[in-house]
Amino acid sequence: MPFIPHTEAEIKEMLETIGVSTTEDLFDEIPAALRSKGLESIPLGQSEMDVARLMHQRAAEDQRSLCFAGAGAYEHHIPAAVWELTTRGEFYSAYTPYQAEASQGTLQLLYEYQSMMTSLTGMDVSNASLYDGASSLAEAVLMAVRANRKSKSKRILTLRSVNPTYQSVASTITRHQGITLEEIDYDRASGCVDINNLPEEPGDFTALVIQQPNYFGNLENIDALTDWAHKHGALVIAVVNPTSLALLKPPGEWGEIGADIACGDGQPLGAPMSSGGPYFGIMCCRKDYVRQMPGRIIGRTTDLDGNEGFTLTLQAREQHIRRSKATSNICTNQGLLVTAATIYMSLLGPQGLYNVASASHNNTKLLIEKLSKVEGVTRMFNSSFFHEAVFKFDLPVTEVMNALSAQSIVAGVLVGDHYPELENCLMLCATETKTEKDIDTLVDNISRIASRLDATKHSTQPEMA
Amino acid sequence: MLIFEHSQPGRANTAQIPRDIDKVADIPEQFLRTTPVGLPEVSEMQTVRHFTRLSQKNFSIDTQFYPLGSCTMKYNPRGCNSLALLPGFTQRHPLTPDNLSQGFLACMFDLQEMLKDVTGMKGVSMAPMAGAQGEFAGVAMIRAYHDAKGDDARTEILVPDAAHGTNPATATMCNYKVKEIPTDDQGDVDIEALKAAVGPQTAGIMLTNPSTLGVFERRIKDIADIVHNAGGLLYYDGANLNAILGKVKPGDMGFDVIHMNLHKTFSTPHGGGGPGAGPVGVSERLLPYMPVPVVTKQDDQYRLLTEKDIPETMGRLSAFMGNAGVLLRAYIYASMLGRDGMQRVAEFATLNANYMMARLKQAGFQLAFENRRATHEFIVTLKKQSKELHVSAMDFAKRLLDYNYHAPTTYFPLLVPECFLIEPTETETKQEMDGFIDAMIKINEEAQSNSDLVTSAPHTLPVKRLDDVKAAKQLDLSWNN
Repeated sequence: MPFIPHTEAEIKEMLETIGVSTTEDLFDEIPAALRSKGLESIPLGQSEMDVARLMHQRAAEDQRSLCFAGAGAYEHHIPAAVWELTTRGEFYSAYTPYQAEASQGTLQLLYEYQSMMTSLTGMDVSNASLYDGASSLAEAVLMAVRANRKSKSKRILTLRSVNPTYQSVASTITRHQGITLEEIDYDRASGCVDINNLPEEPGDFTALVIQQPNYFGNLENIDALTDWAHKHGALVIAVVNPTSLALLKPPGEWGEIGADIACGDGQPLGAPMSSGGPYFGIMCCRKDYVRQMPGRIIGRTTDLDGNEGFTLTLQAREQHIRRSKATSNICTNQGLLVTAATIYMSLLGPQGLYNVASASHNNTKLLIEKLSKVEGVTRMFNSSFFHEAVFKFDLPVTEVMNALSAQSIVAGVLVGDHYPELENCLMLCATETKTEKDIDTLVDNISRIASRLDATKHSTQPEMA
Repeated sequence: MLIFEHSQPGRANTAQIPRDIDKVADIPEQFLRTTPVGLPEVSEMQTVRHFTRLSQKNFSIDTQFYPLGSCTMKYNPRGCNSLALLPGFTQRHPLTPDNLSQGFLACMFDLQEMLKDVTGMKGVSMAPMAGAQGEFAGVAMIRAYHDAKGDDARTEILVPDAAHGTNPATATMCNYKVKEIPTDDQGDVDIEALKAAVGPQTAGIMLTNPSTLGVFERRIKDIADIVHNAGGLLYYDGANLNAILGKVKPGDMGFDVIHMNLHKTFSTPHGGGGPGAGPVGVSERLLPYMPVPVVTKQDDQYRLLTEKDIPETMGRLSAFMGNAGVLLRAYIYASMLGRDGMQRVAEFATLNANYMMARLKQAGFQLAFENRRATHEFIVTLKKQSKELHVSAMDFAKRLLDYNYHAPTTYFPLLVPECFLIEPTETETKQEMDGFIDAMIKINEEAQSNSDLVTSAPHTLPVKRLDDVKAAKQLDLSWNN
């Protein structure tokens, strides 16, 4: 029987111990009318070999040669040791470290993770992870409402250049509690918020959400934005890409006193893109707000003999203790992904992460230079950026994408769905995983497709007239 | 030793990192970092040794019997992991167009359909990333349903007092007041109290069946009728689905919405505290509110349904499509089980729990509900040991670790004093369970003859009992602060 070890003799012996004659008897408290009539649409069980054949076939079907999509999920090289270690059974098949003495491995690792994240973000404290970047923003918003006791409005200002899906998720999760999200538009030329255009009297608001680099890859004027929010009594929630922080100013140093809460997606730190998950959510904050933070937090302490050890702490915030008054309903988080990230950051070290960030940025810069030379393709914004850029196509961009798909290239992400003013725009990113040859392959293909489409357009014009 | 304490300035793994990088010159200084990043500088071998050694300080399913009640710590088949990590899956960008993703979407669609059948629901969305998010999606759909009818008088969610803490916490997140319903002395919901509690203010009830007390809620049909007649909906917390997999469908019990914990019932790894996956299933009337994305099949092509297709959706819960890699593992597991295997899961999980319960009873341990059948789990109460010998359930738990068994869930549910919630799962052998029972008997003897040995346990682990009070008072949450 798949994954069931019982022999006939054992089953008989166990039933005798219980005092029943069949396993069916063990379900005698369930009203007969409720018993299942069967699982008609589920196939019979297959062997590992048969399932493997199907999975290999389906995985091969989706295999692409090149991917230039980003928009919150980035392809980075993951050293072999990361998942070799992460999938060790002792990490992979353990659960939440409720029995601290029997979970020192996971607990120490999480403490090391918290240490790495506070250093990377420049914040005082980190939790042991949330689900993903989008839901971490939702939790950050809820936390800001709890932490900012001076503000009564539950009104959150977000820059329109914050990942639109993150905003959508934050709204879904927070709106039942009377929290509203309002957008501040970005400047069309720079693709960033113009700090000279911020409202002088914005009224009471609880927090300002700033993403750096923003959804388009552009660099916002974080110092001025942070100080503006603080001047109006609001907290600052920073949404960050952890890889970028090896190069860019960490949220703890934004403006005069730094951001108050930092969140974001940890995926770039050793998690494969794998169709969107599992990733993990980052959550760091100022020390004063630690009791408002959701999720697991690990503390270092001592045991009965005075030796160092690690344990779950501040559990009085959590649902299994506080029930309806908890800071969040979160229980399980993304422990295994944090394991991968901690190993990834250890292997890369400060130099490695800096090199990954720099190489990714330089590759995207090269991509911009080359792609801008193609007729009918222009970079949309003129501001400084980090490792991602939006391009406007004079040609139907979906046709370009389809033609590239035929070459097994995932060209990028369409941004027009969320930003009508950016219709026919494509967002691309070239991380350290791309060579100059890869970039040339993309650009040459786009160039060829562009001239073909252009020719078609010209040849059809007389007919249309 | 912390990884940071192995660090030496200037050490780097040049084989694993990009080399010969031009310094970034085009980003203005105002945006740049000036403070160093405090990551360790260690070799690959040091890293491998450090984390291998850390892993060896963990208890896990792969190394120990782990009868943690309500968590379903069953074996996680290795094939599920290796097949989910095929490059075609791991390298797929989440925003790859549907027409280039037919392999992945086919797996998602097949799993979604299997989950529909096994739960008896009309629709399934696999967007929620964990049980608690599934609960949130479910209660938000209940709210959307009442809102659509303009019924804004429904401000209360009923929750039995035995429920998981996530239930009331979720109801609060959806801005509902929580009303607790008591449990009777046989472990069933107190029907009279329920009748008295329902009314035009009732939005719904959140139930786990079998309940967290390890028994099947026998009057579930009556409960469904009482709540439905009052205009409320029924929410099924799927934490204990393993007990009834293929035997009873929550849809047939009258539930309107359910969440499943795939990291329990469908054997995806617990990973030291996640990732999980918490798909939701809904009845006909909640179909318009399902979280997006949902997978569909049209003309032999798979595609993702979004807000455009489900305009009244309760919304989006993650940046992309939930914990996709976890869903793949669950799909592989479900495919190997098939419908025959799924029914056996409930049978043998129940057989194992009843066997352990019978043996512990014979050995003189007190059961919380001795006249009831165990489902996939059951409760032992150690209140006698606590009162007479001053040896608590927590002491027993710690001493079990010395015998190389992970402790059962301790002090949950809160209703039963000094309790152990024990869930062996179907994948354990009789020999392993016998060993655990022998250890329990031995500890019970120790509690009488040498109670210090038990109250000061564990003695054989990397650390002794930890000072939790100090941890909370003198916060030390990171190495560098």
